[in-house]
Amino acid sequence: MLIDILITSLINGSTYALLAIGFSLIFGVARIVNIAHTAFYMVAAYCIYFTTYRLGFNPLSAMITGIVFVSILGLIVYKIFIAPIREHEQAVLIGTIALAIALQEIMMLIFTGDYLSVPALIKGYATILGVKVFYQQLITFASVLVVLGLMRLFLMHTKLGLAIRATAQDREVANLMGMNESRVAMMAVVISVGLAGATGAIIVPLTTVEPFMWSHPLIMMMAVVVLGGMGSIKGSFYAAFILGFAEAMVVFLIPSGAFLKGAVALSIMILVLIVRPTGLFGVQFEEER
Amino acid sequence: MKKVRLLLVAGLVGMLALTIGVPAWGADTIKIGVIGPMQFVQGKGHWNGATMAAEEINARGGVKVGKKMMKIELVKADSNEFLNVTDATNAMELLMTRDKVDFVVGGFRTEAVLAMQDIAMEYQKIFIGCGAAHPELCTRVAQDYDTYKYFFRGTPFNSAFLVRTSFLHLKFVGDILKKELGLEKIKVAVVAEKAMWADPMVAATEGFLPKIGMESVGVWRPSPVATDVTAELSAIQRAGAQMIFTIFSSSVGIPFARQGGELKIPAVQVGINVEGQKDGFWEATQGMGEYILTMNTYCRGVEYNELTAPFVETFYSKFGETPTYTADTYAAIKYALVSAIEEVGSLDADKLVKAIEESEHKVPGGVVKYMKDEQGRHLHDLTWGPGYLTSLAVQWQNGKPVGVWPNKWVAAPGAPEITYKGIQEYKIPPWVIQAYKK
Repeated sequence: MLIDILITSLINGSTYALLAIGFSLIFGVARIVNIAHTAFYMVAAYCIYFTTYRLGFNPLSAMITGIVFVSILGLIVYKIFIAPIREHEQAVLIGTIALAIALQEIMMLIFTGDYLSVPALIKGYATILGVKVFYQQLITFASVLVVLGLMRLFLMHTKLGLAIRATAQDREVANLMGMNESRVAMMAVVISVGLAGATGAIIVPLTTVEPFMWSHPLIMMMAVVVLGGMGSIKGSFYAAFILGFAEAMVVFLIPSGAFLKGAVALSIMILVLIVRPTGLFGVQFEEER
Repeated sequence: MKKVRLLLVAGLVGMLALTIGVPAWGADTIKIGVIGPMQFVQGKGHWNGATMAAEEINARGGVKVGKKMMKIELVKADSNEFLNVTDATNAMELLMTRDKVDFVVGGFRTEAVLAMQDIAMEYQKIFIGCGAAHPELCTRVAQDYDTYKYFFRGTPFNSAFLVRTSFLHLKFVGDILKKELGLEKIKVAVVAEKAMWADPMVAATEGFLPKIGMESVGVWRPSPVATDVTAELSAIQRAGAQMIFTIFSSSVGIPFARQGGELKIPAVQVGINVEGQKDGFWEATQGMGEYILTMNTYCRGVEYNELTAPFVETFYSKFGETPTYTADTYAAIKYALVSAIEEVGSLDADKLVKAIEESEHKVPGGVVKYMKDEQGRHLHDLTWGPGYLTSLAVQWQNGKPVGVWPNKWVAAPGAPEITYKGIQEYKIPPWVIQAYKK
């Protein structure tokens, strides 16, 4: 059973990690609490469904189209909706909630509330130490590692990455050093939303496409981000697997309480926060120093 | 000039007030509110069934009320009850106050229907529930007849009978597994979504399994909206289950069937999976829902009586899908309401209640007869059993739902065998045969 729990935790955790990394990036750099993050993931899922079934794209082309579409949508939304109110955190918070609900309603209008699905990139499953794991889940796990690796390369070895790190550390100083802070924030938003789109693309074959598919991942993603420490990508990575492990433990050890898996994971988050209010790897911002 | 303007404004305001305040322009129409979650399959079923009934009745000239012919006018109300019960009560309130409907059909979630029921009863409007299965809706009628007599259950039969029927399905498949695979004591995993209606079913199942020579290996209660159940499936396989008794009315039925089929979990799925009742199930599970068995009301090719095929086939040709049970708004309007109105010759709710509760009428899903409780009090609940309503067990075979039960069903010792026209043989998934065939 321990093997089942460990493998299930890795699979669950990788989904949450993929979502949380993008959210952490945008918060760390632009201080934008983008509640609509998982709504973009939902839009990507619908986009993949639409291009696969209505336009006849193959799964890979559909995924790429979904990611590009959502990234462009994120850019447009940022320019006309978030940028003007960016300095007012509460307004951004409420505005992105409204945006998420608007996206949900738009999808509902177009596709109704019917449950839809898309095919996996690779169908079937592998048996690892006696546990059956979908190939698509292995792709998800591998994607987390690839995304993390690419993010590290990008942040550590590119000019834009340096600018993003500098802006994340201290916006004012970065601005004084000649970095266009607003442009850096915009790029962070695009990358973050693109990551949400990529998560949607990778995970959508494992889930059901419906207009409310963004709400549960949002709660879990927020829990991961808060547990890991707001703005810390490394923290999000570890926290995702901790919560994934908690969920797997509940399903295997208390099967009749399987529906409580989310609640147990959130309780763990609260317990950690009582001991460490900044989360596991909390990032301090200049205004807090 | 000012006076003319004033008169014009007053005229417009007057027109507006009349339009809003006096909605029953056409006194020759019977207004029926159709309430349900209209953005979802259940609500679409409510609306489509009602539309079909109204069109058929209006095409033949309308409803004969005494000497007058009255047309049916439907009013669509989105209860949004999956998301918000308050939306449902608001929608019902609007049907009563703004639209001033004569009757209401629909409703889906018990939690919402209980609240909607109170509103309809307050206005003394006949409300035929076409979706919720909880017995409480009808025990209210027996306990407080004067208040709740305007409520009738239209579909499905109550959850106690749903349990009984699904146990029959469980035994039916269990017997096949025992015979075909040589299994002696079948191990069953009970998987029920965490919802009010499923709680009594879980308790009853655990008590029932030993009585039919089966053993429970555990109970799993995933969230009704869970999208990933691979952990549950792994745990069920580890527990050695050969059958999975499913109790799902929500979206979790899709990932459970899809992931179970894709992982080839060596256990057959039997029970209630409302998503598996819809034609879209095949696409939603990417074809992995093959061999899933669920209770269902309608299946193309299977006939309860002479009304079934015309209803199912007309519905299919009109809306492109097989009717689900919420489309029984059709029967509620055509065979319960309209028949009673024509018999009584009036729209008086109290007279109609008397007529409906005493009636026994054929519907596309069988025969409707309203029950009384042990003390002889009217329940306005549906009678279950051979000769009345039994529903079907439907299995997905080659991408299509196929009726597999009742197949030579003997309801009681000495009773005649029942097999509906169009019933086919149950098929065991090949990976289950491979896992257990001795």
